[in-house]
Amino acid sequence: MAAVRTSGEVALNRVAIAAVIVITLVFLAPIYWIASTAFKPRNLATTIPPTVLFQPEVSPWVKLFTKRSQLRTQPTPEEYEAAPWWERIVFDGGEKVVRDGRGNVQWSAYPDRFMNSLIVAITSTVLAVGMGTFTAYGFSRFKMKGEADLLFFILSTRMLPPVVVAIPMFLMYRMVGLNDTHWGLIILYTAFNLSFSVWLMKGFIDEIPKEYEEAALVDGYTRMQAFFKVVLPEAATGIAATAVFCFITAWNEYAFALIMTNRRAQTAPPFIPSQVGSGLPDWTVIAAGTVLFLLPVAIFTFLLRNHLLRGMSFGAIRK
Amino acid sequence: MAHIQLKTITKKFGGHTALKGLDLEIQDGEFFVLLGETGAGKTTTLRLIAGLEKPTEGKIFIDGTDVGDWGAAERDVALVLQQYSLYPRYTVRENLEFPLKSKIRRVEPAEIAERVTRVAKTLRIEHLLDRKTDRLSGGEMQRVSIGRAIVRKPRVFLMDEPLSALDAKLREALRTELKNLQMHLGATFLFVTHDQIEAMSMGDKIGVLDKGRLVQTGTPKEIYSNPLNTFVARAVGSPPMNLLDGTLASGRAVIAPKSFELPCGSAAPARGADGRPLVFGIRPEDVVIEAGAPVEAIVHDVENHGVEKIVTLRVGDWMLHATAPARVDLAMEQTVRFDWNPEKVALFDRATGVSLRHAG
Repeated sequence: MAAVRTSGEVALNRVAIAAVIVITLVFLAPIYWIASTAFKPRNLATTIPPTVLFQPEVSPWVKLFTKRSQLRTQPTPEEYEAAPWWERIVFDGGEKVVRDGRGNVQWSAYPDRFMNSLIVAITSTVLAVGMGTFTAYGFSRFKMKGEADLLFFILSTRMLPPVVVAIPMFLMYRMVGLNDTHWGLIILYTAFNLSFSVWLMKGFIDEIPKEYEEAALVDGYTRMQAFFKVVLPEAATGIAATAVFCFITAWNEYAFALIMTNRRAQTAPPFIPSQVGSGLPDWTVIAAGTVLFLLPVAIFTFLLRNHLLRGMSFGAIRK
Repeated sequence: MAHIQLKTITKKFGGHTALKGLDLEIQDGEFFVLLGETGAGKTTTLRLIAGLEKPTEGKIFIDGTDVGDWGAAERDVALVLQQYSLYPRYTVRENLEFPLKSKIRRVEPAEIAERVTRVAKTLRIEHLLDRKTDRLSGGEMQRVSIGRAIVRKPRVFLMDEPLSALDAKLREALRTELKNLQMHLGATFLFVTHDQIEAMSMGDKIGVLDKGRLVQTGTPKEIYSNPLNTFVARAVGSPPMNLLDGTLASGRAVIAPKSFELPCGSAAPARGADGRPLVFGIRPEDVVIEAGAPVEAIVHDVENHGVEKIVTLRVGDWMLHATAPARVDLAMEQTVRFDWNPEKVALFDRATGVSLRHAG
């Protein structure tokens, strides 16, 4: 890093830092908004002007994970005393926790939906990146007839707005019984991401000198062994970048999840807003669900940050 | 150790023909250098032998066995490239171990360790063993690269301009080292280069490639003193052979247009060549500058090379390189007189470029 010397440069540097801070704040504002709402009492969530200072509560989180119903009669003091802390919070909100015949607490559907999101997003990412890497390697290293046309064909699957095919896809899925199944969404998301994955990975693999694999071939390894031992470690950066993009796409997908699933395989994106419609909207619970939903992408991106930084500048990395 | 033979090899890449009817034989334990310019087909030849490419036509034999259907792994050859020859992310030791850990070789861990140590010692890279390869200098990298070839004890060493990316001093040092190594191992080497000095100083035999054809094969001495045609005459030697247009008149070279006349000695054919358009070739060291010599010339340029001087002489329209001992004082534009050694003159047909001596 070059040292900053003249006073003019110092001033310029300060202005630049200030600008970066302002821009960061602007971008972080919605995240602060949703995160703070997830800890607000229900009556402060929608005040005008917005409440900035408040006593944080965990009630939205208790409500996010439990199934509740309106209280018809106030609980007796004994009942209230006997209840665990989180159940008292629900009582305080004028609701009670639903229990089954044996007294077990009924969970909300959120954990299931969240799990569905994880299953679908992770599986489709692994498939798209895995198949994409092999395909890209093939295109990158072997000459074949109509190579350019094939690559263009792969790209062309992304030229149509996906929603356009939603209705025919829905009908086809219903016919083959893929509606409301994990595999249904996994296949769909893998297909979306595959073209992207192939093109991105081809760029990365093209940059790995083929001399490395040829050296391995001559050293007594098969093409497959050379691929795993030499190419794959070199492509790690590209794989990480591609995986993050694919994961984000699959994780955030809303329209197809809304159309293709309703219960068993429903993912979190269509589920969270569906809570708005049941009874009076409780924005604090929606906010809590959203905050939790943001975490996996944030964690995934954070874990791969070193690869991503290099991956973003691809085309300029190696000589 | 192996004997290699290529028989009428033709290799096409789409519409481009890289090699045309190439015949090549490398004896067991020979240091063979393929010399040629970029695009002459040197690397293609190497890759064909390594099994990284398949010939369009022709056959390749290693120790008399047709290896046409063999993959790169089965041919048991080692390859050293100009760059990218080391696996990144691996340490030097891991790089040296890599070929031994292949499933087809099944080398015991104890032997792997022993071989790696021995090779590291031979190449003086012991202190680098645990370093990552991206922290090596160019010379160190090429040493490790050569080491990775040696640990395997391959049948043939294939080297694709392994010294070209290095600076001059290092190149010279490694050149000697490599030649010593080859003699010490008694291994068969096929060394590809565009640098005629490398070819001359290292090769037991040199093959000169031009546009996918093997023009001439021979020992460095044969190639140097008896080039098959004007291409080889130009390709080998620094500065290259002087080539002058002229005709023969009763055993004397008449350099046209009307520059000078000198005898040709026994190089001239006894009869039938008078008046035929020829090219006369003479090596700079066979051009002698001395007082009382038959031809007058003007010193155009003097390059000091320490041991000797390379003098460019101007005679009529021709420029001629000559050598002179370092102690001789020569000034630019000075008038001098020169002669040539008539026994060393080479005669080429002007139309085909082929040496009259080779044409028979």
